[in-house]
Amino acid sequence: MPTRWIPWIKVLVHGACLIPLLKLIEQYRSGELGLMADPVNWITHQTGYWTLFLLLTSLAVTPVRRLHPKLGNLIRFRRMLGLYAFFYATLHLATYVFLFSGYDLPTVAAGVRAGHGGVVVEQWRVVWPTILDDLKKRRFIQVGILAWTLLLVLAVTSPTAVLRWMGGKAWRRVHTLVYAAATAGCIHYWWLVKKGVRAPFPMTLVLAALLLARVAWSARKRWRNRGANG
Amino acid sequence: MVIRRGGSLQGRIASSEITPREAFLNRRSFVAGAAALGVGALAMRQVPGLIHPDAVHAQQKLDTIASKYTVPDAQTPFSKATTYNNYYEFGTDKSDPAKNAHTLRPRPWTVQVAGLVKKPQTIDIDTMMKYRPLESRVYRHRCVEAWSMVIPWDGYPLSEFISAMQPLASAKFVQFLSASDNINMPNKPGGFDWPYSEGLRLDEAMNPLCLLTFGCYGELLPNQNGAPVRVVSPWKYGFKNAKAIVKIVFTDKQPRTLWNEIAPNEYGFYSNVNPTVDHPRWSQAHERRIDSSAFPRTIPTLPFNGYADQVAGMYAGMDLKKNF
Repeated sequence: MPTRWIPWIKVLVHGACLIPLLKLIEQYRSGELGLMADPVNWITHQTGYWTLFLLLTSLAVTPVRRLHPKLGNLIRFRRMLGLYAFFYATLHLATYVFLFSGYDLPTVAAGVRAGHGGVVVEQWRVVWPTILDDLKKRRFIQVGILAWTLLLVLAVTSPTAVLRWMGGKAWRRVHTLVYAAATAGCIHYWWLVKKGVRAPFPMTLVLAALLLARVAWSARKRWRNRGANG
Repeated sequence: MVIRRGGSLQGRIASSEITPREAFLNRRSFVAGAAALGVGALAMRQVPGLIHPDAVHAQQKLDTIASKYTVPDAQTPFSKATTYNNYYEFGTDKSDPAKNAHTLRPRPWTVQVAGLVKKPQTIDIDTMMKYRPLESRVYRHRCVEAWSMVIPWDGYPLSEFISAMQPLASAKFVQFLSASDNINMPNKPGGFDWPYSEGLRLDEAMNPLCLLTFGCYGELLPNQNGAPVRVVSPWKYGFKNAKAIVKIVFTDKQPRTLWNEIAPNEYGFYSNVNPTVDHPRWSQAHERRIDSSAFPRTIPTLPFNGYADQVAGMYAGMDLKKNF
């Protein structure tokens, strides 16, 4: 794709990445969310789903651009896809902390409007033990938090300035953590669903295919290098 | 003193209870209503929001009497209680049963009574439903997944039915087997030992709270909510309440129960609502109460789902952390 198209395509990608969030906002605004039996569950599932979707899309960039020299420009979109994955992961975590844990948002909103800002902290004190308990006891929460923390590291080190400061080699080494994050994300999904639910299967298959593509690529490179040297 | 003849429900029908002509005609209008429901369901699948479900259900109103067991909590709207169901035979997502359960045909239907009873028999669903007056009871309904609803069920005490069946003295448990039809349940997932099986200790089944349920919200049960007959034991997690029952077996040993077989560390035989015994994946101390508000509030879960006064005595001396 011609380089001059890139800014325009970036606008399109931004728009596409925001669609899931805009859809949730629209569902809230139109009252559709309120008609759902368990909107908290829906928001949690949607933000989690799109985190994994975008993370896998960002992982697909490298294998896809290797298919043809003309696809080389795709690398220009990888960082923003990764950052959007982190964005949805953060929304997902916020949903857990502020909606799922029992943090009473309506009460907090009413309190703040009435001038009692302390209610924000009060509610936090109420739910903190539950969250701590989850962190101690539940492995799907632990692996989920791990995935988010890895994405946080990647997001913080994503600016070009940080890359220059770290040096390309060290930066690349740190950013291989994206594989660990995606794997942790898939494990998180499997561990939270009930037995008999196979919803995480397609995502897991894609992740496995992407990981295999990388293994195959590096094996081919090694084999070629050996050929060249010998 | 009431002398009961035999073990048959048929035997107890007095001439005064023979269906009057008007009621029979009402039944015909119900059939028309059911047909309309079928058409309506199809239309709704194609044009969401075109038909309000209540409009289609209106013709099926059941005659019910009030009950002292009704709780004052705000009820879950009909639209939420009928679109958010765990019913794996019709798919694993909670929105699946509302989409897929139309394939189940709740009439004609028979329930087989077997095992340790004086007279094993097969009973027609309408005979079963008309055996006692239907009570409307608003119960709290707590799912093991930490959400809850408040639902008006229509039925009569299971104890009345069990007494009529005359279980033998050796009967200690009662097992409920659900419909499991490969043709009408195409979304049924593999890896489970179908049919769905649930069970209660006989004294639990005889508890006045345990409701043999034929309707909800004053209407016949929608398919996704367990038509044509299910059990509701409100002090237990929802999965204990078998839907679409085809067979009731009285046994002397604890019967197999489906979720317990799948994950014995997650789902015990008793499965009484207990805020102090956590599920491995979530705390049971709180629940998201699904009512008419846009965002469900999280409220504390009560021991025995708030029914401790009526049921706690049955478990006196038992370690409820071990017998979860």
